[in-house]
Amino acid sequence: MTDAVIKCESVYKIFGVNAKKMLEEANGNVDAKTFQEKGCIVGVNNASFEVSKGEMLVVMGLSGSGKSTLLRCISRLTDATGGKIFIEGQDLLSLKEKELIELRRNKMGMVFQSFALLPHKTVLENIAFPLLVKGVETENSINKAMDMVKLVGLDGRENYFPRELSGGQQQRVGIARSLAVEPDIWFLDEPFSALDPLIRKEMQDEFLRLQEKLKKTIMFITHDFDEALKLADRIAIMKDGIIEQLDTPAKIVLNPATEYVKKFTEEVPREKVLIIEDVMDAPTSDNLSNLKVSKDEIIENVAEKILSQEKSVGVVDKNNKIVGTVHPSKIIHTVFGGRKENS
Amino acid sequence: MELLKKYPKLFQWLFLLVVFFALCFAIDVPETYKFIRGQAEFIKDPNQSTYILFGKEVRYYAFDNFWRLPPLLGWLPIWINDGLFFLLNEWMPMEFWDSATQEYKTRPLVLQISRNITAFMTFLIELIREILLGGVETIVAFTSWNFVSAYPWAKLPGLPWTIVAAGAAILAYKLSGKGLAIFAGLVMIYISVFGQWKPSMQTLSFILVAAPLSFIFGLSLGVMAYKSKRVEKALYPILLVMQTMPQYAVLVPAMVLFGIGDHAAVIITMVVAIPPMILLTLLGLRGVSPEVIEAGKMSGCSNWQLLTEVLIPTARRDILIGVNQVIMVCFSMAVISAFIGAKGLGWNLLLALNQLNIGLALEAGLCISLIAILLDKMSLAWANKQTDYFGNLTFYQRYKNTIFFGGAVVVGMILALAGSFFFKEGFNYLYEVPHNKGISTADFWNKGVDWIFDTFFVYIKAFNTWLITEVLQPMRALYLRMPAVATLVLVVGAGYIIGGIRSAFTVGGLTLFIALSPWWDRALVTTYMATFGVIVSCTIGFVVGTLCQQNTYTTKFMLGICDIFQTFPSFVYLIPVMMLFGVTDTSVLIAVIVYATIPATRYTIEGLRSVPVALHDAATMSGVTKLQRLFKIEFPLAFPHMMLGLNQTIVFALFMVIIGAFIGTEDLGQYILKALSDKAGGGKGLVLGICVAFIGLIFDNLIRTWVEKRKKHLGID
Ligand SMILES: Nc1ncnc2c1ncn2[C@@H]1O[C@H](COP(=O)(O)OP(=O)(O)O)[C@@H](O)[C@H]1O
Ligand SMILES: [Mg+2]
Repeated sequence: MTDAVIKCESVYKIFGVNAKKMLEEANGNVDAKTFQEKGCIVGVNNASFEVSKGEMLVVMGLSGSGKSTLLRCISRLTDATGGKIFIEGQDLLSLKEKELIELRRNKMGMVFQSFALLPHKTVLENIAFPLLVKGVETENSINKAMDMVKLVGLDGRENYFPRELSGGQQQRVGIARSLAVEPDIWFLDEPFSALDPLIRKEMQDEFLRLQEKLKKTIMFITHDFDEALKLADRIAIMKDGIIEQLDTPAKIVLNPATEYVKKFTEEVPREKVLIIEDVMDAPTSDNLSNLKVSKDEIIENVAEKILSQEKSVGVVDKNNKIVGTVHPSKIIHTVFGGRKENS
Repeated sequence: MELLKKYPKLFQWLFLLVVFFALCFAIDVPETYKFIRGQAEFIKDPNQSTYILFGKEVRYYAFDNFWRLPPLLGWLPIWINDGLFFLLNEWMPMEFWDSATQEYKTRPLVLQISRNITAFMTFLIELIREILLGGVETIVAFTSWNFVSAYPWAKLPGLPWTIVAAGAAILAYKLSGKGLAIFAGLVMIYISVFGQWKPSMQTLSFILVAAPLSFIFGLSLGVMAYKSKRVEKALYPILLVMQTMPQYAVLVPAMVLFGIGDHAAVIITMVVAIPPMILLTLLGLRGVSPEVIEAGKMSGCSNWQLLTEVLIPTARRDILIGVNQVIMVCFSMAVISAFIGAKGLGWNLLLALNQLNIGLALEAGLCISLIAILLDKMSLAWANKQTDYFGNLTFYQRYKNTIFFGGAVVVGMILALAGSFFFKEGFNYLYEVPHNKGISTADFWNKGVDWIFDTFFVYIKAFNTWLITEVLQPMRALYLRMPAVATLVLVVGAGYIIGGIRSAFTVGGLTLFIALSPWWDRALVTTYMATFGVIVSCTIGFVVGTLCQQNTYTTKFMLGICDIFQTFPSFVYLIPVMMLFGVTDTSVLIAVIVYATIPATRYTIEGLRSVPVALHDAATMSGVTKLQRLFKIEFPLAFPHMMLGLNQTIVFALFMVIIGAFIGTEDLGQYILKALSDKAGGGKGLVLGICVAFIGLIFDNLIRTWVEKRKKHLGID
């Protein structure tokens, strides 16, 4: 349990004057409607989860579902109304102002939806800003910032002002700035939502490339389910401040916990998300076809091969041991099943 | 009934007007009523009624209460005055160390504080003044008069004008570039050659103290108001009143507290210049997007870093407008505070105006305006300057401005030294061109004025007479003919129709205050002049603005003109009108019109510009003509913004009307001017100022409320 970098225990965030008192009176039974009648807005409702080192947790939900509020609680940009938050075992809510600043200067980086660059500073100055604020010498800061500029592929534009850059480029600056202090924990609040679809895809790929290299602990926020599927190790789906389900993409697609989650999963091309293991049946003594597939293959990649067989196909693990079987009809059912029910 | 449902507001207005006029006709002018001329109020007259409140006797002419309300607030100025006197002379006596006599002295606290502030301000001003002009006061401040008389060499020599001019040009170059450098150099040379060096430097030293102090205080208070709701709530009403308070009116109470001289002028200037700075700082900080603030916090900023590195730079646009305002107010005050003994160009300007020496006034006015424009441009350039600290500069590049300035100092000294040998008759023109030894164009202008008068006298006179007898007198009579009750009903009704109960109470309260003060008649005259000015200004501004807006070049040109005109201190406007129309109401009104047309034009242009381009295109695509587009789309959409211009126009007009007292009007301004020379004028000046401020606030409240509603209705923000 100690390797959890971020750990939340029943975190609540309620906006309003009497929030704290009302939360105590509610005894852990917070209902958004009754609170709203009394003039309080429930931002986050009883969130408990952990993010372990090097993991990327994507928080997904429609606009207004409390994603940003949750993230703000964890970065303590706002104080949670109730619950406990631990960052690498440290109780976040008990930190003093000074300690909090130290934590942000060394451990945390954050990227914002609207880029939030300082308009009066150049690209280079913006990226060097967290270092300068921290007290790093100007020359070292600039050198480090220059490395970051190269990392996000903005070489040659380091002396531009944010207003002279396109949205995608501005967000690259935002990313570079958040990485300048080499934080362990990386928060991204809808970083690509303000970008055009093509640029967004490009940035997502770039982001994955970076993460491959940097292996940060990440909380990534998005309202786009496809983006969540593409990036996440695990996904938390939020609605009205409540985390409806928190699981791996495949499990969410296969077993949506609530009607709400199910709606998102229906449109999802499953063959792109699921791996063989997710759909295989128990090993049987039936005679199998000659083909064998690994249990970690994504269905899309092996579907054609399996569909060309008539008999069930054996599924093997790393040691080439048979752990299950897949019948071609199962593949057909998985790929088209969900959407057929829908139409 | 159908119509009534369709235009409910229209009928409300009609009803209000009917009631208003009915009241006007129903209430007769009392036979004994007459407009009280300037001196009459001091005459003890058996016809006057009196009442005594808080031990103060208030005398007044009683009329039917429907016609004029009794001045129930008449004790207020007296009371404020006594309060000030008490604070200054009796409250909280304490022991203070007097370094001059080397012993403890008993002094009231406020007096001591005021003395200390005075000493501090005087020191600052003298320091800068003596760096520029030379003198002994700074050294005296550190030593004593004995020391200075014992050692005649112990004084600041003052810089030769050549060095100051070069310094200004180099500074301008560093801040902005060649263009501004040339302008700075020319301005300085002009000032020197035309013999205005000494008064100009006196004014400059005053401004170099007042402007930075106002900026610092305004910025800090603005930040405090941003951080704490309570500070903001406490400041807000004061700010509102100060925004519409004529600068003139603050002079009197400040004079009571701080005496007369440059230091008092600096303090007054700060009092006037700080409120807009606070408001604009607050506006700017409020506008910083929350995500930028969060980004700053996540970058690990401490509170101080967040403020200085993120909040203030990001809010720079509005803060800069604040700086611009501070500079404008400072120059305006540089003239006005000549009334309480500030030295410099303002003093010369007032003196010249008093002697009707238009030529001299023009020269002084031109100098002030030039310096104002220069400082304005420099401060803008300073704030927009980018630090390029990554470039690899050579030693020469890095320090070239310093090197050049050093060179200029050496050359200037040598020139001054050479000059002392060359010019034998005692004036060293290369050191400082004495005040009356420069080139003067005053004669030329005075001759010009005379010529204009001789040539056009008949026409000007005819126009003047026509305007006064046919337009102004009747209009004034109409305003004075309004019974107080009718006016109250009109204002409260308008407030109710526009903004509901809340607005009605606010404007009603403000009006009641004026009605209960001893100066209701005067307030009506002020309002009449302001109204006349505003109507004409708005018409001109609206037409000119709309025409100019049709083309990008004319738009730019016009906005540039507005910028420059706005930088002129308000008093400067009196010069040309006095030149043409002499000392009459017409002069004041024309100055009012010229001055108030600036915001009217500017806001018309900006209002029209604020109409979204998409709408523009959509209209063009649907095939409407240019004129249709203007009337059906652009005007309605730009109207809220233009109304804010009306707001400014009213404030500008009011200020100018009050300043017009200098030419001799019979309104509140006349009394403010009189309070200046009145020993017990502090309270009077303040209450008069508040009356003027309230007139402004009544319109301000109505217009703002209307604009808010309208904006909501149109769905723009
Ligand atoms: N400062 C605030 N005061 C009051 N309500 C807020 C505040 N910030 C957010 N909320 C409310 O909390 C809810 C969640 O907001 P947010 O976390 O920004 O949603 P998301 O990021 O998922 O779009 C919304 O209903 C929003 O109106
Ligand atoms: Mg959000």
